[in-house]
Amino acid sequence: MSSRAGRIAAEWLPALVLFVAGIALWEGAVRGFGIQNFLLPAPSAIADTLWADRGELWSAAFFTFREAVAGFVLGCSAGFLAAVVLARWRLLQAAVMPYAIAAGAIPIIAFAPITNNWFGVTGMTSKIVIAAILCFFPVMVNTTRGLTSVPASAIELMRSYAASEATIFRRVRLPNSLPYVFSGLKVATVLAMIGAIVGDYFGGAPGALGVEIRRWVGIFAFDQAWAGIVLASLLGILFYGSVALVERMTMGWHPSVRGARAE
Amino acid sequence: MSAADTSAVVSLRGVSKSFAGGGVTALSSIDLDVRPGEFVSLIGPSGCGKSTLLRIVGDLVEPSSGEVVVNGKSARQARLDRDYGIVFQDAVLYDWRTVAKNIALPLELAGWSGARRAERVRDMVELVELKGFEGHHPWQLSGGMQQRVSIARALSFDPALLLMDEPFGALDEMTRERLNGELLRIWEASGSTIVFVTHSISEAVFLSTRVVVMSRRPGRIAAVVDVDLQHPRNADTREEPRFFELVTAVRDRLREGGLDEDSTAPGEGELLVVEETP
Amino acid sequence: MAIAAPASTRSRVLDSERARHVGQRVGLFLAVLVFLWGFWEGFRWLAESVELRIGQFEANDRTMPHIHDIVGQLFEPSRRNGPLLIDVLWDATLFTAKEAATGFVLGALIGFALGAVLAHSGLLQRGLVPYIVASQTIPILAVAPMVVVWVNPRLPDGLKDWGAVAVIAAYLTFFPVAINTLRGLTSVDPQALELMRSYAASRWRVLWKLRVPAALPFIFAALKIAAPASVVGAIIGELPASIQDGLGGAILNFNQYYVTSPTSLWATNLIAALLGITFFLVVLAAERLVVHRAPEHVA
Repeated sequence: MSSRAGRIAAEWLPALVLFVAGIALWEGAVRGFGIQNFLLPAPSAIADTLWADRGELWSAAFFTFREAVAGFVLGCSAGFLAAVVLARWRLLQAAVMPYAIAAGAIPIIAFAPITNNWFGVTGMTSKIVIAAILCFFPVMVNTTRGLTSVPASAIELMRSYAASEATIFRRVRLPNSLPYVFSGLKVATVLAMIGAIVGDYFGGAPGALGVEIRRWVGIFAFDQAWAGIVLASLLGILFYGSVALVERMTMGWHPSVRGARAE
Repeated sequence: MSAADTSAVVSLRGVSKSFAGGGVTALSSIDLDVRPGEFVSLIGPSGCGKSTLLRIVGDLVEPSSGEVVVNGKSARQARLDRDYGIVFQDAVLYDWRTVAKNIALPLELAGWSGARRAERVRDMVELVELKGFEGHHPWQLSGGMQQRVSIARALSFDPALLLMDEPFGALDEMTRERLNGELLRIWEASGSTIVFVTHSISEAVFLSTRVVVMSRRPGRIAAVVDVDLQHPRNADTREEPRFFELVTAVRDRLREGGLDEDSTAPGEGELLVVEETP
Repeated sequence: MAIAAPASTRSRVLDSERARHVGQRVGLFLAVLVFLWGFWEGFRWLAESVELRIGQFEANDRTMPHIHDIVGQLFEPSRRNGPLLIDVLWDATLFTAKEAATGFVLGALIGFALGAVLAHSGLLQRGLVPYIVASQTIPILAVAPMVVVWVNPRLPDGLKDWGAVAVIAAYLTFFPVAINTLRGLTSVDPQALELMRSYAASRWRVLWKLRVPAALPFIFAALKIAAPASVVGAIIGELPASIQDGLGGAILNFNQYYVTSPTSLWATNLIAALLGITFFLVVLAAERLVVHRAPEHVA
């Protein structure tokens, strides 16, 4: 086994061991303590339901996932572009930043009823807009910080080469901002899913996961409800993981990706 | 090989250090005694292991073989007993503490009472001539001042031994020379023993009672030059004929130490000590 | 050893210069506020004039109420012969704030402890961090009813109404705090660690004298995210628990009556936004007091 494969295995082994142990403990606890189906079914029951109702579950999950991804793409691109503009015109940045940060403090989810009113309850648009707004702010704030946190000496060096602002942006600011951008993107993946699902709570299309989970809880179909929750979680993890993977591929050199440990 | 000298402050016998599973030998069979009250400089080309040697004395790095006796005890015990203070090239001050609190750090860790700490900090601040700056934060001080705080901190608990790893390396020449003079004054006032790592020949000769010249990697002691200049030393000392003789002597030893075993030219990739104008 | 973070520089700037600087910032702030107001009303006016359509969206009193109408609604009765909306919302805000604050403190403590433990064990880190991250992908809204059913019976009587919501708020809080605490505690200058070794300092001492102060900028960055997140958690937590007393309940309520009184929902959202911002500002103020760092040299 090559040392590279060995290192990767060593890194994931503890998590894997914990996973297996956790599942075993979960199964044992549910059976041993007789925990109600409503509160927490056994992993075996959830697995059964995931398989048995896979058609219904997967289409619902995928519906919501599409909303989340669309919102993610929309919100993150807008956030990135806004950050580029703000980094270029500092006065604008000084003016806008307090508002952007404040906007990040607003429970955007409270606006779900309003977007439902704007774009219709049953369409995807309303949830996509919510997800996009949720993604916009963290990406914009983080990217702006990354683009403007370049050590002064690095900028001075470029100026000594009579480099244009555009060149400085491309060669110095952009690479410098990558860790911040990915940080924002990872937060956004989770927010996008949350936005899509919570948005459903105020009303959504019949096939959407949030709506379905609510319906299942309402008719006491807890196996399906939990299966839906697990599926939503899995998709969220997948989403986050893919961004983390891209980050590792493009930024393998960065200490935060390599990982650090206390003595 | 004689036994380690327990009356010495630092006694090394056959100390060696290899890294990377034996691939890189940093130090090879070092024998050295540092007697109480001495000021010993370690000088040598880049990569000769002098910083590693200093850290071995401080029990911050484990030797691969050999014996290390510090203050009559094992290096580890000496560290646990706080027998030495260390000063790095980087001042390593805590940004969130004032100058006074930075100096008090080791005292806090040793459990000193507030009143006792305050008194000692006052004494230290006077010693390094930073009166009036007790309430400042590190970033408000110049590099030279930060290093003075670092020295004050290292001496705050009155250690028998002071280990210094190129403490003035990041400073400009004038500040460096001034701090050299101050360090000598502090050394005489406190009576501690100092082991000092440096790249600068003139600094080594100016400060020390003995200069230990190390060879290029694997680091060995190439020569020891006794510095018989009179104390107290000052700016005039740098212009004495004897000073130049000693500097030349050290430089010659360095050149010899930089030679390859089987050739007359300096080893490839090895930079001899950068010489500054005396 | 400088850590890149904003700081309160105690430079001796002339008072008049400082006053001018503050005046500029306030002016800028108000200017943007006015601009946003103008943008809203301008967009509305323009959209109505050209009869703009985006999908189902069109601009009118229902979709884009006038700002002055929204603010005015606060001083109208919330229902016929009832108390003023602003009084109703004030009570609801206090209720939700209580849940959020409790959840925030709880989540922050748990997050900090978790981060501190993980910082000392690479093994635990590799094992647990993936699950900590994964925990945030669980749709809290869906799980909330179960949390309420499980937690409420186990609470003392005074907490029964809102304790579960605090737990949900804590759930959204602990994650950024844990992750950032971990990052901050492990981002220490190696030479500072060497220095501590030379003092033969125990791990506990190193944690509290070096790592935690060094990590404060990271921790506060997380707290600034976590504070509004606790408000979101509290609002979301109230929904499935059918709690009427808080802002979540108010939002649900006015959502039902949106057609008859759209401005009520908007006004409620405005108040919810102000609550989130207030929580954020409190943490910001605390940061200014606690964290003193060198100014960054960045461009």
